[in-house]
Amino acid sequence: MDGYAIEMIEVTKIFPGVVANDKVTLRVKDKEIHALLGENGAGKSTLMSVLFGLYDPDGGTILVRGKEAKIRDPNEATAHGIGMVHQHFKLVHNYTVTENIILGMEPRNKSGSVDLSGAEARVAELSDRYGLSVNPKDKIESITVGMQQRVEILKILYRNADILIFDEPTAVLTPQEIDELMDILKRLKAEGKTIILITHKLKEIKEVAERCTVLRRGRYIGTVDVASTSEEEMAEMMVGRAVKFKIDKAPAKPGKVVLKIEGLTVSGSKGQDAVRGLDLEVREGEIVGVAGVDGNGQGELIQAITGLTQIKSGRILLEGRDLAKCSIKERIEAGMGHVPEDRHKHGLVLDFRLDENLVLKTYYKAPFSNAQGLLDFGAMAEKGRDLIGQYDIRAGEGPATKARNMSGGNQQKAIIAREIDLSPRLLVVAQPTRGLDVGAIEYIHKRIVAERDKGRAVLLISFELDEVMNLCDRIAAISKGEIVGIVEAADADERRIGAMMAGHRGTAVNGSADTHAKAADSNPVAGGKA
Amino acid sequence: MSRKEKGSTGNKPGTGSAASTGGATEIAKKSALDAFMSSNGAISVLVVLLGFICGTILVIAVGRNPANMYTALLQTLTGWDVNRGVWNARYIGEWFTAAMPLILCGLSMGFAARTGLFNIGAEGQYIAGITAAQFVALYGPQVLGLHWALALLAAAIAGAFWGGIVGWLKARYAVSEVVATIMFNYVAYFLSRFLTQLIPAANTYRTPNFPQTARLKNLFLEKLTNGSRLNTGLFVVIICVFIYWFIIERTRLGFELRATGLNKEAARCSGIKVTRSIVISMAVAGMFAGLAGAVVSLGSFSYGRVLGGLDNYGFNGIAVALVGNSTAIGTALSGLLFGMLASAQPLMQSRQIPKEITWIISGLVVVFISLRAGFKMLMDWRAKRIAREKGGERDE
Repeated sequence: MDGYAIEMIEVTKIFPGVVANDKVTLRVKDKEIHALLGENGAGKSTLMSVLFGLYDPDGGTILVRGKEAKIRDPNEATAHGIGMVHQHFKLVHNYTVTENIILGMEPRNKSGSVDLSGAEARVAELSDRYGLSVNPKDKIESITVGMQQRVEILKILYRNADILIFDEPTAVLTPQEIDELMDILKRLKAEGKTIILITHKLKEIKEVAERCTVLRRGRYIGTVDVASTSEEEMAEMMVGRAVKFKIDKAPAKPGKVVLKIEGLTVSGSKGQDAVRGLDLEVREGEIVGVAGVDGNGQGELIQAITGLTQIKSGRILLEGRDLAKCSIKERIEAGMGHVPEDRHKHGLVLDFRLDENLVLKTYYKAPFSNAQGLLDFGAMAEKGRDLIGQYDIRAGEGPATKARNMSGGNQQKAIIAREIDLSPRLLVVAQPTRGLDVGAIEYIHKRIVAERDKGRAVLLISFELDEVMNLCDRIAAISKGEIVGIVEAADADERRIGAMMAGHRGTAVNGSADTHAKAADSNPVAGGKA
Repeated sequence: MSRKEKGSTGNKPGTGSAASTGGATEIAKKSALDAFMSSNGAISVLVVLLGFICGTILVIAVGRNPANMYTALLQTLTGWDVNRGVWNARYIGEWFTAAMPLILCGLSMGFAARTGLFNIGAEGQYIAGITAAQFVALYGPQVLGLHWALALLAAAIAGAFWGGIVGWLKARYAVSEVVATIMFNYVAYFLSRFLTQLIPAANTYRTPNFPQTARLKNLFLEKLTNGSRLNTGLFVVIICVFIYWFIIERTRLGFELRATGLNKEAARCSGIKVTRSIVISMAVAGMFAGLAGAVVSLGSFSYGRVLGGLDNYGFNGIAVALVGNSTAIGTALSGLLFGMLASAQPLMQSRQIPKEITWIISGLVVVFISLRAGFKMLMDWRAKRIAREKGGERDE
């Protein structure tokens, strides 16, 4: 079988209690872009970790260019010419690009000191050859995430890798950066590199990959030729059934303003202003999405609205009442529901029973507590059964199931059930479908739209632009803690939102009264906003 | 997962569309081992048995007859002296007397633990209780029934105050309760010595005798147990065990405390005032320890002590709560176990069994229990990894 750069034959990786890879076979041809497609948890990352020497496989063989290879650690993978661009970059922020690239294998000159200029020349040469346009002397902290990713690519090219693994490379990028990355991938291929692209985004596969191997729940489903397979067919292989891409929803009928945020400024973890003078409105009967690249103040915005963090200045009006100084409990009672981004940290008490989790915000009220402060567990269990039925939560032992023992999708359903059951005026939803399978995603989207149709105001924050564009009625792009533009979802296009996410206010001006033709970065405190 | 479906690899598009539930449902299926490990009570019993087995082996190893150890323990538990064929209820009384402060300090540790706090300061709260009880005993109104009740109340308040300060420091200034309680133990110890020596006629180790009205002496219990030191403190302990159970398991407050203990962030996010939970929890924990101080002071002593060292009930309470899994009944039972080991010492010595063996056994029990905690961490870690692999937790 020559012509294959990598052959992983019937690779099995068992973790205690779960088979992460069950006799998975992956054959990657030399000089091709091969996509590895699967949902979260399908075993893609495990398989690549086996290839990269991070895990020992429990069975199967790996052949690199036709020769059997035992890859015990990443150094051996590097020796085989395999390099990996991780999803989370491993860079030293106050080092320059070149210093990061040579870290661990610093070239020496005759006097024994590090030959930095020689390394810089080589980095510049590599950057030119693959069209990466990286300046070797830039500090990492001063360049964009997209550029940082290119530094990661250069790092493995510098180590002479010719088989490049990309682990969900587009998750942290803006649409423009994604386009540029796609070009880079094509360029790398043209220069004779073999690429394995781990992803669950079909569009990207269609654009760059030649062949695609699909995994589903740890098992090999098949390898297809991308050109002759439709996105729908690949989605079906990935999920195991037909998938609808569009969310069915009627046009929004927005009413009066429910949430009004004025001049909100919130400090971030490093003391900087993570949210800077932000204004935003959400009306009843509409879903407003905040689109942005991770780390542009979304987390702080949500925490400020829901009361998890103190604000520096500004007002948060819920139906005219300023909640900025209110406790979390007061906000909940004022009609705010919150589906938190991190469901394990903020959403659930994992060692509580499901029914206890379902009443986590109402336990102190009748019928769950009486006036003397005694609990009624019967009423809780009844509520549990009621919501389990209504929201199709699958839990092995019914209301008594420990939340820890439920799947991610069902945990999320439980949170959605609890929050919607509060009948909130405003539902703040952060990353509601992160890490869930397609079935659960569909269900949760449907529920959110149903809440909108009931006349509730919904504020959605998601890093998945597709989710925002699909689900929302209006889209507000956030960049560096400011809303840089708001567009109606109907006339939104990915490119324009992408430009706004990158901080270019000017590109979004037409069609929206809320945007301002103000150059990004010019005036950090938005004092002069209309 | 899905081992039985192994044969169906290589599905063409459109064929493999049967299963639609989330891949993570497999997490719900626990192995028998998992089920056993999650039954904390069963583990505690096993661990205690293991401790005794090791202790027995040790006794044999030093060339003594382990039967003597067990007859000593039997005599402590039942008052029955197998060797001489005599029954004396006093041993039972002494056993309970030894267990009382251990149970109360175990409750103190356990209550804080249920709220996610590590109360190493039961010793200090215990000393605060002793000191307050002694002062009220010496200066309180000498009215029968009222006097000792006031002394108990003062001890409860003093302990609650001493614990509550630490809770407040933690809630307000994020001071680690572990460090603060350790320091507060010494503050309590020296403050108690200083204050008690201010009492007129107190010397460097004791105060004058308590008035009879302050003592927890209970003639009925004494008679029942053939003149042991068992006293009214027994009822205090029983009531405390009940209060503990009631607050934790039945009340709104208990719900808040447990939620805070298991996931502070989620509790906060749900509107529970976590800082309040922390202060209340430390105060209630301190109250139990303070009462332990009063029970020892007013029950087993006829005079106020100028402490010359730590009684260590507070520290032993940590072990008691650990073995008792921080539940009310569990802590009571494990307090009885540790009390039995402590009060069996003189009997063992009289039968040529080194009394240190009891400390070795209790030490081993704690070590084994800790191993379980380690094992549990391992299981948690594993469950997390399974969740990650199965797509439950976060992006890949």
